[in-house]
Amino acid sequence: MLMNLFKFKGGVKPPTNKTQSLGLPIAQAPLPTRLIVPLHQSIGGMPRPVVQAGDKVLKGQLIGKADGWVSAAVHAPTSGTVLEVAAHVQPHPSGLDALCVVIEPDGKDEWIERTTLDYKAMTPEQVREHLQQSGVVGLGGAVFPTHGKLTASKTVPMEELVINGAECEPYITCDDLLMRERAEEVVRGIGVFRDLLQPKKVLIGIEDNKPEAAAAMRAAVDALGESFSVISVPTLYPAGGAKQLIRVLTGKEVPASKRSTDLGVQCFNVATAYTAWRAIAHGEPVVSRLVTLTGNVESPRNYEVLIGTPMDELLQLAQPKADTDGILMGGPMMGFLVPDPKAPVVKATNCLIAHSAALFPPKPEEMPCIRCGACATACPHELQPFEMYWFSRAKNFGKTQEYHIFDCIECGCCSFVCPSRIPLVQYFRFAKSEIWAREREKNAADGAKVRFEFKQIREEREKAEKAEKLAKAAAAQAAKKAAEAAAAAQAESTAGDAGDTKPPAQPVAVDAENDPKKAAIAAAMARAKAQREAVQPKNIEVADSSVQKEISEIDARRAVLDPAASDSAATSAQNQEKTD
Amino acid sequence: MFSTSPYLLKDASVSRVMLQVCAALLPAIAVFTWLLGPAIIIQLLIASLAALLAEGLMLKIRGKPLNMFLTDGSALVTAWLIALTFPPLAPWWLVVIGTVFAIIIAKHLYGGLGQNPFNPAMVAFAVCIVSFPALMSQWPNLGISHSLSGQLNIIFGFPAGIDSMAGATPLDSLKTALKLGDGSAHVSEIITNKEIFGAFAGRGLEWVTAAYLLGGLWLWQRKIISWHIPSAFIGSMLLLSGALWIYNPSHFADPIFHLFSGGAMLGAFFIATDPVSGCTTPRGKLIFGAGAGLLAYIIRVFGGYPDGIAFAVLLMNLCAPLIDLLTQPPIFGMKDKS
Repeated sequence: MLMNLFKFKGGVKPPTNKTQSLGLPIAQAPLPTRLIVPLHQSIGGMPRPVVQAGDKVLKGQLIGKADGWVSAAVHAPTSGTVLEVAAHVQPHPSGLDALCVVIEPDGKDEWIERTTLDYKAMTPEQVREHLQQSGVVGLGGAVFPTHGKLTASKTVPMEELVINGAECEPYITCDDLLMRERAEEVVRGIGVFRDLLQPKKVLIGIEDNKPEAAAAMRAAVDALGESFSVISVPTLYPAGGAKQLIRVLTGKEVPASKRSTDLGVQCFNVATAYTAWRAIAHGEPVVSRLVTLTGNVESPRNYEVLIGTPMDELLQLAQPKADTDGILMGGPMMGFLVPDPKAPVVKATNCLIAHSAALFPPKPEEMPCIRCGACATACPHELQPFEMYWFSRAKNFGKTQEYHIFDCIECGCCSFVCPSRIPLVQYFRFAKSEIWAREREKNAADGAKVRFEFKQIREEREKAEKAEKLAKAAAAQAAKKAAEAAAAAQAESTAGDAGDTKPPAQPVAVDAENDPKKAAIAAAMARAKAQREAVQPKNIEVADSSVQKEISEIDARRAVLDPAASDSAATSAQNQEKTD
Repeated sequence: MFSTSPYLLKDASVSRVMLQVCAALLPAIAVFTWLLGPAIIIQLLIASLAALLAEGLMLKIRGKPLNMFLTDGSALVTAWLIALTFPPLAPWWLVVIGTVFAIIIAKHLYGGLGQNPFNPAMVAFAVCIVSFPALMSQWPNLGISHSLSGQLNIIFGFPAGIDSMAGATPLDSLKTALKLGDGSAHVSEIITNKEIFGAFAGRGLEWVTAAYLLGGLWLWQRKIISWHIPSAFIGSMLLLSGALWIYNPSHFADPIFHLFSGGAMLGAFFIATDPVSGCTTPRGKLIFGAGAGLLAYIIRVFGGYPDGIAFAVLLMNLCAPLIDLLTQPPIFGMKDKS
């Protein structure tokens, strides 16, 4: 391949440990006793359950409906009965529970009706919609809904489509075996992406420690008459990071603040291309994936595993050794120890590593940073990890952002090389989550401030209304008194039977006496009105639409429920004024 | 079992870094011993002992784990740099004062390993040359007795004719000769007429400096240090000394003489490269190295001290945080291409 490759700075070369799990072909994992299928398996909206306990489901039947555009559907991995829709432990470092559909398999593994689609006869929107409905998400680990990445930028022409078969993490071999055994379907899936995005070039990057996979992919590309380039890239962790692979193959650097499509590039994992093709050509939604079982086990191997299979049950297939003390999901550089071995396999589960102290010795004690700069040399994003470490430690989060903490991809290179054994990535995760938490708190506080200000304005308005009411009542009283007086005077004058001209003037005099008071009341009313009018638009400016909507809802509710409330509020406000 | 990734670690440690720095000093120590006898070994032992005792005391007072920090090798590096920059026949208490000051004041009072803003060994050198200028300027002549007992006697305070054995360093004596000559003296005459000058710098000592260069290159090859600081240091000294030499060769020594005299090579590869007190960004390291090289030349040629490495490095330590702040490299995806 006569192609000019680019280099990314930094990177490390941990022992790859891949050969252990490459000895045998992919095997089908047997049906587990029960499947725990989490509804939230992709970035974006949490799919809503469309089944309930007791329902019979078929393999591939929809059980969770995509919620919004950035979300992907979830399907039953086999046929059987829904036992419950309830919260179960998730394969996530937090150890938190989330809503899952628990299915007891009936053993028949009976599919829904599957149809082959001719995607070339469909509009791009229909294809994207189909992929969303089939639950196709990025299987490289990020699980971003694939259909959301299949739209080219409107302003930048799509130049390169990068297909990620690098698989740079140690121990993981599922993409390698997928390319070796199912290259044709992977290439056909890439063809679908190519047709949707219309790039000038398609570049398939595979680390040069996987020559068999590269050869299989080249053969498939040739057999299908495609013009994709299969490129061996140097084995250097994290060459399989999307941004690093894009850099190596195209020379482009995608910063955290931009989408790759803004630079005319898009990147997909090989396994994603494979599932996209299965969804289109076979009508099969994503109900299983390849998982590497390795680490401290007797027989490491790759398995085709149903989503929802409990991890401890699955790992038994590889016969974990006696001193196994935990399960790592993902690779040793970016993966995590699952908090509960009963957590299910999800779409993001590419590898399970049986953990033992012998295989992954406990970290030696952390020493102070000596600013040797090894971390900065190793960082593929050219950050200054030791500076971010000082500021994270000092909880000076503003400074961490100045040093671009959100460009950190948490690849672990810095921690890997640190001679002081400082868990740098852990500090950065801490700083990031603190920054997010503070952002949320600030938003909540801002909302509360808006609501408080509105409450003050409303109370003032109600006070003004009350004053107006009282003034009106007083005026009415005065008018009534004046009328009474006039009537009495008239009666008197008729009784006195005199041709005096004075009596008719009397009511006029009374009126004149009342005049300044009336004028003052009218002026007060006008002022109150003006104030109300001046206040109301300001209030609308302050509140954004959601808050405004909330306020009007509250007001409406209050009006319906308790018409006296505003009166009592006004009274209390007045009392307040009096005590003041 | 620890909770977060990465679960794999490279086989690296602070003590390994520090011990490799010590190992890189061994060639120079060997040449030193061959030239001037076992005195340097004695001084290394005195300094190491004093450093470890001071370190242990401070760790105890500060409530830090003794085992972890005593074995990190950082005190040893400081001690060795002090022993190698002090005159080999200096009295034992001078080395002890320097070392104890370095460890307690310059290192631990600022927070210990990784926290010191100044290079501890250079603080020790500066303190001692200011406080004991005569003792710090007396270097043994090459013809001295190599007997262990004789050198032990000198170091431990029974002077047996130290004055006849010691004199100014080559750099210092060149400067004095030029000053005495009052403009009429020529550098080449001084160098050929005086016994202490050798093939290209100070006789004998030029090979010690060459051994520092060798050890430094090994450190670079081992990736313990990067090329930036040594090359900038040597480059700037070469440029300035070269320019002045071309301008007036009768008054200024040639660049090779300067690079292989005094602490030039030790400073370029072992002292200015201290990561804790130096710059960390690539451009910052270049500025730091160049600044240290220039200042060292200016101080040793125009200043009042025999050599300028210690003050040059300390002055640059002072500037390091600002240089780092102003030379932050652009990150991935944010290199200005427009």
